[in-house]
Amino acid sequence: MTPQEISEKLKAKFSDAVVETKLEGVLDPYLKIQPARLLEAAAFLCDEDDLQFDYLMCLSGVDYSKGILGVVYHCYSMTKGHKITIKVDVPAEKPDVPSVASVWPTANWHEREAYDLFGIRFAGHPDLRRILLPEDWDGYPLRKDYKVPEFYQGMKVPY
Amino acid sequence: MSEILTPPLKTSTGRTLRTEEMVVNMGPQHPSTHGVLRLELVVDGEIVVDVIPHIGYLHRCFEKHSEAMTNYQQVIPYCDRLDYLASMNMDWGYALAVEKLLAIQVPERVEYIRVIMAELQRIASHLIALGTYGLDVGAFTPFLFMFRDRERILDLFEMTCGARLLYNYIWVGGVSHDLPPGFIDKARAFCKYFRPNIKECNDLLTFNEIFIKRTANVGVLPREVAIAYACSGPMLRGSGVDFDLRRDDPYGIYNKFQWNVVTGKGEVGTVGDCWDRYMVRVREMEQSLDIIEQALDQIPDGDVQSSIPKRIRPNPGDVYVRTESPRGEIGFYIISDGSQTPYRVKARSPAFVNLSVCPEICRGSMIADVVAIVGSIDIVLGEIDR
Amino acid sequence: MEQIFRTLTENDFLIYFLMSVIPLLWVVPYALFAVWLERKVSAHMQDRLGPMRVGGWHGWAQTVADILKLIQKEDIVPAAADKKLHFLAPWVVFIGSYAAFATIPFSSAYIGSNISIGLFYVIAVSAIVVVGILMAGWSSNNKWSLFGAMRAAAQIVSYEIPTALALLAVVMVAGTLNLQEINQHQAGWFWNWYLFRKFPFVFIAFIIYFVASLAETNRTPFDIPEAESELVAGYHTEYSGMKFALFFLAEYANMFAVSAIGSTLFLGGWNSPFGDLLGGPVWGAFWFLSKGMFFVFVQMWLRWTLPRLRVDQLMYVSWKVLTPWAFACILGVGFWMMM
Repeated sequence: MTPQEISEKLKAKFSDAVVETKLEGVLDPYLKIQPARLLEAAAFLCDEDDLQFDYLMCLSGVDYSKGILGVVYHCYSMTKGHKITIKVDVPAEKPDVPSVASVWPTANWHEREAYDLFGIRFAGHPDLRRILLPEDWDGYPLRKDYKVPEFYQGMKVPY
Repeated sequence: MSEILTPPLKTSTGRTLRTEEMVVNMGPQHPSTHGVLRLELVVDGEIVVDVIPHIGYLHRCFEKHSEAMTNYQQVIPYCDRLDYLASMNMDWGYALAVEKLLAIQVPERVEYIRVIMAELQRIASHLIALGTYGLDVGAFTPFLFMFRDRERILDLFEMTCGARLLYNYIWVGGVSHDLPPGFIDKARAFCKYFRPNIKECNDLLTFNEIFIKRTANVGVLPREVAIAYACSGPMLRGSGVDFDLRRDDPYGIYNKFQWNVVTGKGEVGTVGDCWDRYMVRVREMEQSLDIIEQALDQIPDGDVQSSIPKRIRPNPGDVYVRTESPRGEIGFYIISDGSQTPYRVKARSPAFVNLSVCPEICRGSMIADVVAIVGSIDIVLGEIDR
Repeated sequence: MEQIFRTLTENDFLIYFLMSVIPLLWVVPYALFAVWLERKVSAHMQDRLGPMRVGGWHGWAQTVADILKLIQKEDIVPAAADKKLHFLAPWVVFIGSYAAFATIPFSSAYIGSNISIGLFYVIAVSAIVVVGILMAGWSSNNKWSLFGAMRAAAQIVSYEIPTALALLAVVMVAGTLNLQEINQHQAGWFWNWYLFRKFPFVFIAFIIYFVASLAETNRTPFDIPEAESELVAGYHTEYSGMKFALFFLAEYANMFAVSAIGSTLFLGGWNSPFGDLLGGPVWGAFWFLSKGMFFVFVQMWLRWTLPRLRVDQLMYVSWKVLTPWAFACILGVGFWMMM
């Protein structure tokens, strides 16, 4: 299916939740969805016969600055061979996104990483804790406004 | 004597242990965890009830560093150090993503050189994977035979760019050095030398009765679980899924060569067990030899540095490009804001995703099997932790 | 040998003490040599060279240097370890291995103790090693050492059975448990060796014995207790310095002991394979030591070729493969002898 057709199908079911669509002039066509209906949309993408996006290639957190954080989902279908990108934007003061770990189990670790480095909280995640940084680290390093702490457990951090 | 009361013990995820269970820590320093990986095993005697992997011991802030670079080319040495056993493939993945953002085409000679280097690197990486896997299972000798053969590949790399492990060779828009004189002959001689050695290793290890007993029917990864957990590379193909990025999501000039995608068929056990993943790697080495020989025959002349842009300033936008590294799908998601500094570089590493399926397939096996399973996943902590 | 000592002194205790030290004069230099040999054998099998520098010719003094290093090393005992057990464990393991040499005849002129139940004594006393290993694993206060110790205990105890049964087949043919007499029965050319009598039952018994003895000495493919890639070093992880050297010495002594028993019972011991040619007490010692060393070499050869078995597969091999076949050999020998 072409990106047009995929986006039609998604808009047909989630017309109010799709915030932005960009299919032309970009290297990866994407749809931006409201976080509230993300889980439903993910299940739809995975289970719907024509779509069958069963393979989540990548889940990345992004800091768009100006107080907006985002999550980008790159989906691929092993059976059909088509790709689509889904983007979600959340405000930095309240970065709550539903977790898609129940739809794509691989999202479990990816979401832990996004939480670890950006502070995006994934609602419904089975085990949301830091994955790369130590459990008691302060702050979310990949945010653009992150300041490196002076000390960590008595050790000087900037060298 | 006072009675010593201990509170009920918990694992780090908060699960309370039953009386007969014990938490044993494997790593972060351990001969078999292939790097600094900590596996918290909850065991009932020798049976493993749960595995909780802890990573992050090798986190070197790759993504944050890339955002501080003043030039997209400066990120290449950092990419080398992601999966340090497959540096060429890492460099190529990143360079491809940036080239897509810039919408530039590289000359044909560069494409051929990239394929030759990537496939040589694939063989070298698989040799390490197979050798250390033999070591995990107790066979000490194949490890040295495979490293001896890998030395020849490293000699080829050293001839070309001066480095043995971290090359900084494939740049955005081209490669850093052209092939030196004598490289093609030496590479052909290597291919001729190496092919019978694969058979020798097969005789010594692959079809050894004891090795088969240790790896067949161990750590079976069913197809659906592999796809749901987004496994890639030999892990996915070992479970019988016929999917290879070089053919199914093509990049470079792989379509110019005759080669086969290798999948696991459950020859000595179940489809998707450790032996299948091991055998996929062995056979992939043979396929890589085919590709290299064809590429060496077809390589044209040309200037390898003519298309390296002086200034890299892509238009604002983002792209996700994935390539087939020896461990699976290495993906780079790059967001550019129109300046010379990358805005966001996310590396989706295959070993990170492949390791997440480890708790699923380790449950119910024995401690010795956990070692065999983690070895068959073929992890490199450099790319897991970035 | 006893007579020679009696001419020197009348003190019984001193005589027997000197007799018990003589195998040590072989075992210690042999262990030094065997470690070097293992390194060289493994190196040449792996397409490399091994020790080359220490002492000049092919690094022959490498082990001497290693022993000197180990002697002066700091003895580290984990803080929460059981100090008494931790100290005793290597000694118990060494004693268990070394005591077996008491009844093994090195030549027609030397046997430590010529008792009529020599073979029975050897099998019994080499089981003391299990106690030492369990002490080592438990006292280290380390879960991995404990795993190694438990596995070792299970393994050694299980493999005692096929070992004893296979040797029983030979005893049935020989009619005696006295090792010196067994040697004397095999005098003559090599076809007199027990290996070729009641063919093929004793031959199969020999193969069972050899495989089981690999498990007794914790050598690959049965080296689960010290499985490097899983347990770091198993039950001797927490040992350093001289205690570690003692474990190593015990392992190599054990290797030679099982090889010696194998060559005594199956391959004619100190008998020359050419009958009276090159026979006699001094040549006897040479033949005995060479046959023992040959099997030590085969054990090293197997170690660097084969991967290791998992613990449950190991148990399977012992109980469901070797033991039934050993019983079959005994039955075969028994029926043959009755006819």
